[in-house]
Order: sequence, then structure tokens, then C-alpha cells
Amino acid sequence: MTDETLSVRSLTGVEMALPIAGPGTRSYGFLTDWMIRLLGALIWLLIASLLRLAPGIEGRPAAHTVMVVGIVLALITYFLYQPAAEILTKGRTPGLRTAEARIVTLEGMTPGIGALVIRNVFRLIDCLPVFYVVGLVTCMLTPRRVRLGDIVAGTVMVRTDAGAGPSLDRLGAQARRTRLPVEALALAHDLLERWSTLEEAQRMRLARSLLKKLDPGLAAHDVGLDGPALRARLEGLLDGEQRF
Amino acid sequence: MTANSDSDAAIWVREHAPEWQALAADSAAAAQRSQATVQEALRTLRAYRILLRHLATVRQLMPGGVLAGILERTCAQLHTAVNRPPRLTRARWASLFRDDIPAAAASVRVLTLWLAALLVASAMAGWWLINTYPQLVSLIASPRMIDGVEHGHLWTYQILSIAPPAMLSARIVENNVMVVLAAFCFGILFGLGAFYIVAFNGLNIGGLLAFTHQHGLGLELLKFTLAHGFVELSVICLAAAAGTALGESVIRPQCATRAESLRRRAAELAPLLLACALLLLGSGLIEGFISPHPAITIPERLAIGLGYWTLMLLWLSGRLRIRRTHAQSAPMTPPESRR
Repeated sequence: MTDETLSVRSLTGVEMALPIAGPGTRSYGFLTDWMIRLLGALIWLLIASLLRLAPGIEGRPAAHTVMVVGIVLALITYFLYQPAAEILTKGRTPGLRTAEARIVTLEGMTPGIGALVIRNVFRLIDCLPVFYVVGLVTCMLTPRRVRLGDIVAGTVMVRTDAGAGPSLDRLGAQARRTRLPVEALALAHDLLERWSTLEEAQRMRLARSLLKKLDPGLAAHDVGLDGPALRARLEGLLDGEQRF
Repeated sequence: MTANSDSDAAIWVREHAPEWQALAADSAAAAQRSQATVQEALRTLRAYRILLRHLATVRQLMPGGVLAGILERTCAQLHTAVNRPPRLTRARWASLFRDDIPAAAASVRVLTLWLAALLVASAMAGWWLINTYPQLVSLIASPRMIDGVEHGHLWTYQILSIAPPAMLSARIVENNVMVVLAAFCFGILFGLGAFYIVAFNGLNIGGLLAFTHQHGLGLELLKFTLAHGFVELSVICLAAAAGTALGESVIRPQCATRAESLRRRAAELAPLLLACALLLLGSGLIEGFISPHPAITIPERLAIGLGYWTLMLLWLSGRLRIRRTHAQSAPMTPPESRR
């Protein structure tokens, strides 16, 4: 993961930062898509092979035609999947969704067909000499973590944040119920949102430190609380069960 | 944070928090949607505007706080969902074929002529080379091709006996598209890549013509290429010219930075790639179905080749009539190129 961000400006002039996807996220998304297109191509070949052996076709000229059609469809699937998927999903292919990333323009907008075609055409150079070495090296060296195709097309891969909406939703609900000061509410909310991504010792330390400030009774009675109990206490505070 | 500003923030947050649940739902739905009704689009725009306003306020009341971060993340999601290029209507496709492609072709017309001259010059060099040093033919032809020609058979007719025309066409189109894309992409190396691909193809053509001519098969090879060769070679020159134009945009930037210049030029030339692919599809079909057919005479091949080539020239010069539709919209260029 990288800490770089793409700064974009809204039409009303408010600036926002989109987190840029690093080589790891990009590779994860690409490999997932690659497996999908390989599977698609293999399915066509399998269907053609089975049809060729079907009664009435086996041993006839039609069997050859079926195989040829199967090979052509497999090739089309394999070579055109990536540009087609990017265009149809507007820069959010199934692989990129899995990797929680998407393609945007330098202004943070959804890219157009022209830009998506150009970035795919330049895979021809990015994949040289083998295994996308040029693309990976360019990606590691450029500040926006982009490969050559992205430079030419004016696109960037950013990490999507599917949790942003639900997080705001929960915060809105908590703000209505709790009587905590606003900053404390936001901090407690943030800690609970990141609870599963933090290490056990770290989240317990943060939770205790926060609870000591918000709930003075904790130090005297609940010093030995474990992780789930600390979390429950924080959730209780956010739900308005204040003890002070 | 002072006590006063804290109370301001608290009042503000408690006042606006109830809105966030509905706005968050709109935001999540907009990020997942690929198409929206007018009502949905208007609701998303309203959510975007309100959340941006809230973000600006929270940044003032609680700068650098967690709440600002959450609002910013939600706004960023909506920003990408809201700012998307318009759908490609029939009018936009017509505009692409009628205006954008001829405009892109016109912008590289001079370069195309230079590259065509390079192709002819390198073909002549190839002819001279193989005529003078026949043993060098092994550099441009496989042993099987050489063996076939020495026994009086062109490889072009052998491949038809191996693969059916449809398969042959598919392979030819794939190969030609790769050559064209390579000529376009490698042009970014200050045009040198495009020069190399054109010169290499020219040398091959000239050399093979000389080699077949030495064995009395020159006319046969010409006969084979007549129907598809004009367009195929023109498209290679066109793609190489587009690639060279990309390289030129890096050498002599027309914008503030080289990267921006490259991006803009690539966006202008993108429609040309579509034209090249379509033209190659046509010539691939001709090469697979018509060129290997022994019953088709030279005048017929010439008529097909020149006819297709004329059609290409008319289209690329903007003289081919493509019907205008009433709902004419802006040319199909990516939004970033129109900025």
C-alpha cells in the first residue's frame, strides 16, 4: 500500500484526496482479471471440444468448424476481455473491484472510452520484456504509481473506499444518540471502524486511553477488561449509555 | 480547539447528522450504479453538493479531524460517480466516424506521406539487397518459404491448404492489428520505433518480391497482394504516422508539460486507431477469402484493391457522406482532452 494521494478539486472548489493504488493493489487486480479471462477462454475451448465429440458432428467437417469457432472465441475472450471489461464497467473491472481499486482520470473523474482504449493499447510496451516488467518499474518510479499506458491516457488507479458511505451512515446515527463531545465521538467511531485492522495490543491501548478520558469510572473498576468488553463499552458510549 | 468552537461544532454536527444517513445511502448507491434515471441522478447530485458543503464546514470547525476524513472519503466516492463521460449515442458514433477520424487523419497527413516514402525507399533497398546478395534471403524468409519458392510454389497458397479462410482471416487480422498497434505505441520513442517498423516491413516486402522474382514467381506474389495490399500498407503507414506524432508531442510539447502534451495528442489520435482496426478487419477478410482464390483474375483483384483503397481515402479525407442525425452532440473525445 502507498500513502500517496491524488488531489482533485470539485466543481464547487472543495479539494479532496483519492488514495493512489500501489503496485501491489494493481497486480492483485490484474491477476484476478487475468484468471477470469483465462477461465473464459478455456471454457470456450472446452465447449468446442465437447461439441466436436457430439453425435452427428464427430468425424464430419462441421467438427473442424466448431473447433475453429471455439479457438477464435477463446482468442477474442483472452485478448479483448481487459479493454472490454474496463469500458463496460467504466474502469471497475471485476478484478479491480476485488482489489478495491478503480481507474480514474487525473481529475478524479470516470475515464472515457478513448482513455481506456489508449491505456490498454500501451500494454504492448508495458508488458515488455516479460511479466509487465516495464509497467511495474514505471509504476514504482512514478509519483502517481502509474504505468506507461496510464501516463499516455491520463489515468490513475485509486483505491476505492466502499466503507465510506456506511461509516458516515453509522456516524450520523451515533451523533444523534450519544452525548459525547463531537471530537470524542469521532475518535471513538474511528477506533471502532479500524478495530479489526489494528493489532490486539494497540487497539486495547487506544481503547483504554480513550475510555479513561470519556469514562472516569473505568480506571477504578474495569482495568482488567478484555478486547471485546472494551469494544462493547465504547459502543455503549456511542449509543448514549453514558456513565458520567 | 476552543470551547466556543467546540460548542459550535457540536451544535452543527447534531443539527446535520440526521441528514448523513440518507446521504450515505445515496452515495453508496451511486458508486455501485452504472446507469441512473433522471431522479436518481438528481438525488446523487444533491447528495454530492450537500456533502461537499458539509465537508467545507467541518474542515473549518474541526480542521484535520476524523469527521472531515469520513466526509472527504464519501465525497471522493461521489466525485468519481458524478463526473462521468456522457453515454455514446448514435449521434456521437456518427460524429466520431464523420468528424473525429478524418480530423485525426488530417493531422498526420504529412507524416503519413513521409512514412509511405520511407516504406517505398526501404522496399527498394530490400529489392536491391536480395537481388545483389541472394543468400541473405534467409534473414527475411523461413526455410520452408525459401524451399517452397525454390520449388515453384508460393507460401501464400500453402497457408490456405493448412487453415480454412475464416481462421486464416482471424490470424491475419490479429497479426496486422499487432503490427499497427506496435507502430503506434513504439512511436512514443521519439518516432524511432515507428520508423523501424515501417522500414522493416518495407525491407521485407522488397526482399521477398526480389526473391520471388528471381524464381519467376514475382507476378504471382503481386497478384496475391493486389486485393488487400493497398489498404494494409496504407494503414501501417497511418498508424506509424500517428505513433510518430505521439513522439513529436514529447519532443516538441504544445502544452505546459511534455506529459500533458502527450496525453492530449494521444486523445486526439485515439479515433484513428479505431479506423485502422476496422480497415484491417476488411483487408484481413479480403486476404483470407479473396487473395488466395486462384480463380479471381488480376483485373478483378486490382478493382477490389483500388476500390477498397479509394473508399478508405474518401473516408479519411472526410469526403465520405455519413448521415447527420438531429441530436448532434459534441465530438467523442475524452473529457480530459476537451479541457
